[in-house]
Amino acid sequence: MSVFSVEIFLVVFGLALLSLEALMPTITRRTLSTISISGVALAFVLFLFASKSTADLPAFVQAYHQLDTLAVFYKGFALVITLLVLWLTVESSAYLTKFTPGGNYSELFSLPIIVCVGMMWMASAKDLVTVFVSLELVTVSFYVLVAFARKSNLALEAGVKYLILGALSTGVLVYGIAWVYGATGALTFEGISAALVDPATTKQAALLGAAFLLAGLGFKVAAAPFQMWVPDVYQGAPIPVTAFLSVGSKAAGFVVLTRTVECFMAKGSVIAPEVQGLLIVGGSLTILLGSLPAIFQTSVKRLLAYSSISHAGYLLLALGAGSARFDLDSGGVVAFYLATYLPMTVLGFLVLALIRANGGGEDLRDFRGLAKRSPLLALVMTLALASLAGLPLTAGFMGKLFVFLGLVDQAAWGALVCAVIGAAAGFYYYFRAILAMYSNDAQSPAPLSLSMGTKAGAIALAVVIIVVGVYPKPLQQLLAPTAAAVVAH
Amino acid sequence: MSVLEIVILLPILAALAIWLGAPARATSVGAAIINLLIVLGLVFQFKPVSVGGAGMAFESARVVLDNPAITFGVGADGVALIMALLTVLVTFAAVWQIAADKPAIYHIASLLIAGGGLGAFLSTDVFFIYAFHELALIPTFLMIGLYGHGDDSHRKAVAWKTTIYLGAGSLILLAGLAWLVLEYSGGQKLTFDLNALRAQAASTPLPVEKQGMIFFVLLIGFGTLVSLFPLHSWAAPAYATAPTPVAMLHAGVLKKFGLYGLIRIAMPLLPEGVQVEWVQQALLYMLLGNILIMGFVTISQRSLDRVLGNSSVMHMGYIFLGIAAGTEVALQGAVLLMFAHGISIALLFALAGRMRNQLGTLELSKLGGLASHAPVFTILFAFGAFASIGLPGLANFAGEVMVFLGAFGADGGTKLGPLQWTVILALWGVVMSAVYMLRAYRDIFQGTANAGLFMNDPVVSQRIPLIILAAALLVVGCCPWLLLDLLKSLSVAKVAAM
Repeated sequence: MSVFSVEIFLVVFGLALLSLEALMPTITRRTLSTISISGVALAFVLFLFASKSTADLPAFVQAYHQLDTLAVFYKGFALVITLLVLWLTVESSAYLTKFTPGGNYSELFSLPIIVCVGMMWMASAKDLVTVFVSLELVTVSFYVLVAFARKSNLALEAGVKYLILGALSTGVLVYGIAWVYGATGALTFEGISAALVDPATTKQAALLGAAFLLAGLGFKVAAAPFQMWVPDVYQGAPIPVTAFLSVGSKAAGFVVLTRTVECFMAKGSVIAPEVQGLLIVGGSLTILLGSLPAIFQTSVKRLLAYSSISHAGYLLLALGAGSARFDLDSGGVVAFYLATYLPMTVLGFLVLALIRANGGGEDLRDFRGLAKRSPLLALVMTLALASLAGLPLTAGFMGKLFVFLGLVDQAAWGALVCAVIGAAAGFYYYFRAILAMYSNDAQSPAPLSLSMGTKAGAIALAVVIIVVGVYPKPLQQLLAPTAAAVVAH
Repeated sequence: MSVLEIVILLPILAALAIWLGAPARATSVGAAIINLLIVLGLVFQFKPVSVGGAGMAFESARVVLDNPAITFGVGADGVALIMALLTVLVTFAAVWQIAADKPAIYHIASLLIAGGGLGAFLSTDVFFIYAFHELALIPTFLMIGLYGHGDDSHRKAVAWKTTIYLGAGSLILLAGLAWLVLEYSGGQKLTFDLNALRAQAASTPLPVEKQGMIFFVLLIGFGTLVSLFPLHSWAAPAYATAPTPVAMLHAGVLKKFGLYGLIRIAMPLLPEGVQVEWVQQALLYMLLGNILIMGFVTISQRSLDRVLGNSSVMHMGYIFLGIAAGTEVALQGAVLLMFAHGISIALLFALAGRMRNQLGTLELSKLGGLASHAPVFTILFAFGAFASIGLPGLANFAGEVMVFLGAFGADGGTKLGPLQWTVILALWGVVMSAVYMLRAYRDIFQGTANAGLFMNDPVVSQRIPLIILAAALLVVGCCPWLLLDLLKSLSVAKVAAM
């Protein structure tokens, strides 16, 4: 059984789940969520044991699907984040019921599965058309998910903003693809990089196409100067969807960006220096535009949105300033960073969801006294925030370390200064939330009761953050091309 | 599980146990005592290896990452053991003196800071040396921000300034360390292991100019953590505002991390770095800023906590002088002074904390005549104060005199160059310490007591850690070879091979 079968299974499962409610109106949300989570978990297990070799793919797919280390990693990543998002949806039930008409939000259990499939296909894309189609699958599903809490004006506003800007960026992306095709005569990544190395290619045309392509993808990953939509959309969307956007959509965008950049910056490519320059300048700008406004945020959800932008900046710098000196190339560093980004972001959104579900809001003042209400949540949130800030011994630091090493190796001093400023600013806005949690307020706040499952999940994520921070070797071996990582893991 | 790993992990696990509900005081004091005994045992067991050997004892390593090669490696040589001894002594005193009514977070924070310090001193891998030091950042931030002295907005402001300043400094340090690791990994894979890096440095040293540049970046990074002038303004308010155990641990132990990093990482890997002319000049000016400018600032302080905080910044200048000189005697003196200063400032902050609790104020003008009712307390304070001034017979003198002599005689004793002039100017720092410490002593303990402001001696159980600290000052002061023998192999050549 090949990985492709798993993806087909997921598509069918997702569509079936979507229609299940229409066919069986009496089905409870609990049953639906259980089926949904079990299905994705089953898919993950199947994925672990599936054959990851291209030879086992059905013949008609082989031309469009690649299964290298990165593809397999991102497929697993997509499955994991979908599972976690479904779990977050279960945790946010109280507030989702409030903001959807009739308290009906069962689509939130089936649409993420479709998104997951889209992300898995994006990971394997070998050519620009497949990229575009799978990207659209993900994006259109997200248009629905973002606006889902339809009784909230904020969510509707977020949905409309995302729709319009997303559609615009798709147009820009397609325009870029057209120019790249015109300049290079190829749509596959291999063909494009071969053409770019060929001196006969018109440099300006290729560069224009590349710029539009990067702009379209930059929108998806929240890169400056296309990041303006992020705070509003992240704040308006329901918390599980925000987590999905922040981690899943970003990862999917970055796998495509990795392939595109590797293609554009192939050895001897005529546009390599310009693309690298764009990435480094764009990355530095993204860090600054993500970190500096975050200093003034009082809403934790918006804060996490700005932090998402800031992290995208680091990822762009990793792409632009890769170092050949250690086992991970720039694509590997990006994947590593995203793998560390997953637990800490999900944990942050989990705590946010739990506070929201227990009568609070999303502001800093709703975090006050959390240490008294639930010492466990305060501790795991502290770990998550410390990891987001990049404190050593947590997973977040490893990613930043690789970025720093790359920047110093490439002597990108301006970018290094921006990275330092961003991280220093991060100490302020992340620690402000930590301080709020441990603050003693005059009145004794209501204790937060958590189910065993919630506690177990929170502890598991926290443990992952620390373990990866102290012992990153297994994760790196998963990504290092020299390791036998294409085999099931 | 090697013994050093236990020493590092014990405080961290104890902190976790307290968080999970174990009795706070019993757990923390128990862990501190166990650590103290283990490290004392290691100190007595340690036999310095002859010059040329690796000099590390009690080593163990666990590979954490392949390329770049990062290992959770631990190992101790003389410098590390002295620093570890300092840490466990100060930790013991700090957790012992936490009052029974303080919330458990006092104990948790102190243990985490101690664990971070021990990890930083006992690691042999640049990554973990850096990482463990950062462990102390959040506990310090929370303690100053939530439980610091003064009103809410003041302590929050101090907490922010300290944290952001230290955070920015550590980021610059990270950039410097990344540069160092990249330069010294030749064409082979990147490694963070100190042994491997210094082997590489010995076989293919970098051009001198580059050494100077990297050394300067590390100096700025480490220097911020040690309150090197002009990157010092976070320190005095932080120590004045922090709760007593945090002040003791931070001023006594954590501050020495930057200096330790320079001696352990920067100097062996960049042996000519500090001798590059512009770097040396910059360092000399900065350390004179510490000694002279901060000396005058300390003299103008009117409150004991500020006097102690600023004096702490001032004394770092002497240690930097030892580093700038780089000779064997000067470096040994610097390490000894690090130990001595840590003990003396911890003792003084503990006593100041008690005074603040009992009397409610540390304003020198309001205090007076305490000696009549608290003679033991007075003697203990005298130990700390005189040690700080540099009275012979107490540990600080041994370190200071070695630094001065070592620095003055640096160029074979024939030259009167910038280093020697710096020594001459730095000697005035001793006079300045005498001024502010003696004045503080006179204002607090002698003369007539102010109405209502008197306190009794601490009960016997509360005196124990303070007596231990004072005894350490006396013992090391009269018999400095007890510690210097551990450093026997610490010469410049040894530092390069360290």
